[in-house]
Amino acid sequence: MSERLFIKGNEAVAMAAIEAGVRCYFGYPITPQSDIPEYLSRELPKTGGTFIQVESEIGAINMVLGASAAGVRAMTSSSGPGISLKQEGISYMAGSELPGVIVDIMRAGPGLGGIDASQADYFQATRGGGHGGYRIIVLAPGSVQEMYDLTMLAFDLSDQWRIPALVLADSVLGQMKESLVANPRPKADLPPKEWAVRGRGEGMQQNIVKSLYLGDGEMEKFHWKMHARYQELAEKECRWEEVQTADAELIVTAFGSTARIASTAVAMAREAGMKVGLLRPITLFPFPKQAYAALSEHCKHFLDIELSTGQMVDDVRLSVARDADVAFYGRPPGAGSLPTPEELFEQIRKVYP
Amino acid sequence: MKQVFSRPASLKDVQTHFCPGCHHGTIHRLVAEAMDEFGIRDRTIGCASVGCSVFLYGYFDIDVVESPHGRAPAVATGVKRARPDTIVFTYQGDGDLAAIGTSEIIHAANRGEDITVIFVNNTTYGMTGGQMAPTTMPGQKTSTSPYGRDIKNDGAPFKMAELLSNLDGVAYSARVAVNSPKNVIQAKKAVKTAFRYQLEGRGFSFIEALAACPTNWGMNPLPANQRVGDEMIPYFPLGTYKNTENL
Repeated sequence: MSERLFIKGNEAVAMAAIEAGVRCYFGYPITPQSDIPEYLSRELPKTGGTFIQVESEIGAINMVLGASAAGVRAMTSSSGPGISLKQEGISYMAGSELPGVIVDIMRAGPGLGGIDASQADYFQATRGGGHGGYRIIVLAPGSVQEMYDLTMLAFDLSDQWRIPALVLADSVLGQMKESLVANPRPKADLPPKEWAVRGRGEGMQQNIVKSLYLGDGEMEKFHWKMHARYQELAEKECRWEEVQTADAELIVTAFGSTARIASTAVAMAREAGMKVGLLRPITLFPFPKQAYAALSEHCKHFLDIELSTGQMVDDVRLSVARDADVAFYGRPPGAGSLPTPEELFEQIRKVYP
Repeated sequence: MKQVFSRPASLKDVQTHFCPGCHHGTIHRLVAEAMDEFGIRDRTIGCASVGCSVFLYGYFDIDVVESPHGRAPAVATGVKRARPDTIVFTYQGDGDLAAIGTSEIIHAANRGEDITVIFVNNTTYGMTGGQMAPTTMPGQKTSTSPYGRDIKNDGAPFKMAELLSNLDGVAYSARVAVNSPKNVIQAKKAVKTAFRYQLEGRGFSFIEALAACPTNWGMNPLPANQRVGDEMIPYFPLGTYKNTENL
């Protein structure tokens, strides 16, 4: 039986990476994620893995690109300003169909912003973030346990689909301590990395990992291939959680740390006799459209809550039935902007039909 | 009849797309010969960069990973750390290595990464059409220095072989040229030393190869080749700047 631990979300991410078999971690210090490189600098070498504190975020993501191209599990982590710098490498990884895990412990922005929890990097995460038109897998944990479980899942999904995977959390989830059951890595039937560069070997084919397509029609063909892959991903890999949605007259929707505060507000509403449910997307890309479509057949009122002026709400509005109404309540990130359950309960009362 | 000259096995039997008089082909050949002679082709991984040098995989019959502009030393670090049993080299131009990739090259060198860097310095951005590079010479006219490189405005050209030789992680740093048979023979020795040092696990090895870019210099191949000897070598002296052979 796995032991029960009491640890920080960032440490859970680092533990999960080791359990998932990460061989290389490349990172750069930035608050509020520095516990991840600190933990891995101590623990990863003990497993024979490589830890490098890199000169820059750009260097770090490109080392991930190299290690991943060589066929091993590789990872980096950062927060807003650093994730922006990594977008170049993420675009090249997406263009080269390379797996790899990036952990984003969101902080307030734009610019230097601040170190408080934020969800304002939803667009950056779910729309690709870099140049060229691509998507990456985005997983949004809501607890320390999920920081652990979804980090392991990120490695599996990324390897399976040959798409970089981003674990999108925030400073609340990264810094808070909760109990964790450190489960062993789940068994996954993953394809061999026959495309990796490892030295071609005698009589073997040359392997080339690249994103340059100059031949007539090659680039277009690549885009349609990836488009089909993203569609298949959306069919097979969407994950979400529903709480008391069956009879709900109003469905609150939020992800990550906001969903935790919202779940308390939903419980308060139930206590007050209101039929309110919660829909929490766990995959942000692919976005669980089907859950919104199905629920909005019967429930016509939604309330989307985010730590921003509204980003995910666009996806929610695109996913619900046309006659469903989507209200929005946002607290843009910054010191003192984390909403209380009472505050969200008040918003529920306002829009409850 | 005894065959005395042939294509190295590490090179593919393909037509070159490089311009007439370009030195990339000669430098490719020296790297391929070194691979053949050490018998390492099957466990060598090339890290291509951005510019004319990206087409590495079209000529070398080895595994290659393409790197973003300037990042080849970081990509090579990832490859080598993931697979320490392989031989890893980057092949980069001057804009790639000495401008946008300055951070990556200096830190990979300083960590003493067990990789080999082939740096082709032709004093210009070749693929984008002959703009001013970090190694463009004082007074040299390019498409973005139409009045000639002005040291006051643009700084002086980087001398990378000298600069990197100051870092403790560097095991070998040399500047070579391929503008004459004598220099080609010297260059071959240096390239072999660089790969041998990697095979021996000595740390970072660096070759700066002066090269002609007739097209973007607006010159015919012969005068361009002549310029390497007349103008470049006096400014970028050939030689070994760091050698840890006897350390």
